[in-house]
Amino acid sequence: MLKVNNIDVYYGNIHAIKDISFEVAESEIVTLIGANGAGKSTILKTISGLLRSKTGSITFAGESIDHTVSHAIVKRGLAHVPEGRRVFLQMSVQENLEMGNYTQQKSTMHSRMEDVFTHFPRLKERRKQVAGTLSGGEQQMLAMGRALMSRPKLLMLDEPSMGLAPLLVEQIFEIIEELHSSGVTILLVEQNAHMALTIADRGYVLETGRITLADDAKALLANDAVRRAYLGG
Amino acid sequence: MLLVSQLINGLQLGSIYALVALGYTMVYGIIKLLNFAHGEIIMVGGYIALFSLTLGNFHPVVAALLTVAGCTLLAVILEKLTYAPLRFAPRLSLLITAIGISILLQNVAQFFFDAAPRSFPASELFPVGTVMLGNVSVAYTSLVTIVLSIVSMISLTILVQRTKLGKAMRAVSEDTEAAQLMGVNVNNVITFTFAVGAALAGIGALLFVARFPQVTPTMGAMLGLKAFVAAVLGGIGSIPGAMVGGYAVGLIEVLAVYVGLSRWTDGLVFLVLIIVLLVRPTGIMGRKLMEKV
Ligand SMILES: Nc1ncnc2c1ncn2[C@@H]1O[C@H](COP(=O)(O)OP(=O)(O)O)[C@@H](O)[C@H]1O
Ligand SMILES: [Mg+2]
Repeated sequence: MLKVNNIDVYYGNIHAIKDISFEVAESEIVTLIGANGAGKSTILKTISGLLRSKTGSITFAGESIDHTVSHAIVKRGLAHVPEGRRVFLQMSVQENLEMGNYTQQKSTMHSRMEDVFTHFPRLKERRKQVAGTLSGGEQQMLAMGRALMSRPKLLMLDEPSMGLAPLLVEQIFEIIEELHSSGVTILLVEQNAHMALTIADRGYVLETGRITLADDAKALLANDAVRRAYLGG
Repeated sequence: MLLVSQLINGLQLGSIYALVALGYTMVYGIIKLLNFAHGEIIMVGGYIALFSLTLGNFHPVVAALLTVAGCTLLAVILEKLTYAPLRFAPRLSLLITAIGISILLQNVAQFFFDAAPRSFPASELFPVGTVMLGNVSVAYTSLVTIVLSIVSMISLTILVQRTKLGKAMRAVSEDTEAAQLMGVNVNNVITFTFAVGAALAGIGALLFVARFPQVTPTMGAMLGLKAFVAAVLGGIGSIPGAMVGGYAVGLIEVLAVYVGLSRWTDGLVFLVLIIVLLVRPTGIMGRKLMEKV
């Protein structure tokens, strides 16, 4: 479904992503794990067209998106929940979800919203509330619900567990699995390697802009180097 | 009764400031640019209105529509030509560009139309005469100005709060990147914002020349500055703030005259601005966390 081939991304002179290739097949959960500053967010931003690679190519659903503007990429079914949630804090929950529906028909918006509420009943209770007054966990749910409004084939999540209490992290990961079983392919970026590898089919380990390991998630969980670096022994 | 008519006078003036202030605040809200060329859009609107009536002999409604359309078109062209290429440049480059455009437009107007003021046939645009409201006589122009600007502001509020494009404007203004991830074409939304601001300025231009019936190449400068003060007073980036700020500046000016401080009107406006900013640094209705980090 998604193929990333030999991309290099720069911030000015900083070479943030160095010749990275990976892929995500339909109905997989694939995770990219790595320490802070490894380049995880940069990769997702490049896929969704916010940044451009100097080399290589990215194909999504069989078509190149190298030159596709980001607002058109969303329309093709690739949704990106950015790091730090980035919900529209001054808008209500409902308006945030309406923004998620931006590329879709208005006529199907309400039924889609009800679908989203089945995954996030909390959002339904709070639909009139301004997003800025939600808790961190609720904002994460809103960010995910907003992305789901665009009916994505592939959902990219950038550190959904960041800054959340362990119980909420569990809950968010349960929802990710639930979305996955409802047919959404998932690319999950995490620093919480244990949780991510537990739900993923495959994983890639990222270190300072390079992929250093690629394997089945189970194998990575058992890998000594991974255990030492990311799983606390 | 003098006070009541002065208050109506203040509302008329305030309506014009509010319409112009909206252009500043909307553009600032969306790309963090203090668009110092906004006043010159009004000046160009003044000349379009003048020539439509005098050279073109157009019906006043046609002249008014041409003015609004001309202002809108000019702003869209300027945005595409000068600001759009600078979208990822430091904000200071944009600010300097805006100041440059402002000076350029003044000079172009001076070159073609001469620096001397031309009188504007206000009576051809709006009917002369007065109506009695109770026992106060109010000029038609005042009434038309106040009503037209209120209608414009209500329409703008509906646009921004209720429509898909309006929500996209708010989304871009709050978080451009997140808006892009929702599928918003940010360039189009920015251009549209300039267009709306300029259309309001076009209406402002008509109302301004109806009140002060002459047109000069520098007429936009002082009006622009006052409206900018109104926008900052209300809280730059806030749409209701620009409206409140506009009326506040208009009322302060006429009340200054009413109490005999006519030489001090501009000074008083700035004094109020300074006091308000000392108490509330983000203006009357400005949000605390407006700046993106
Ligand atoms: N806007 C930016 N400008 C310059 N360097 C950046 C920018 N964003 C990220 N970087 C650098 O790129 C590298 C990768 O960052 P990022 O993709 O955010 O990592 P991660 O998401 O894995 O924490 C880091 O060294 C970071 O400092
Ligand atoms: Mg990151």
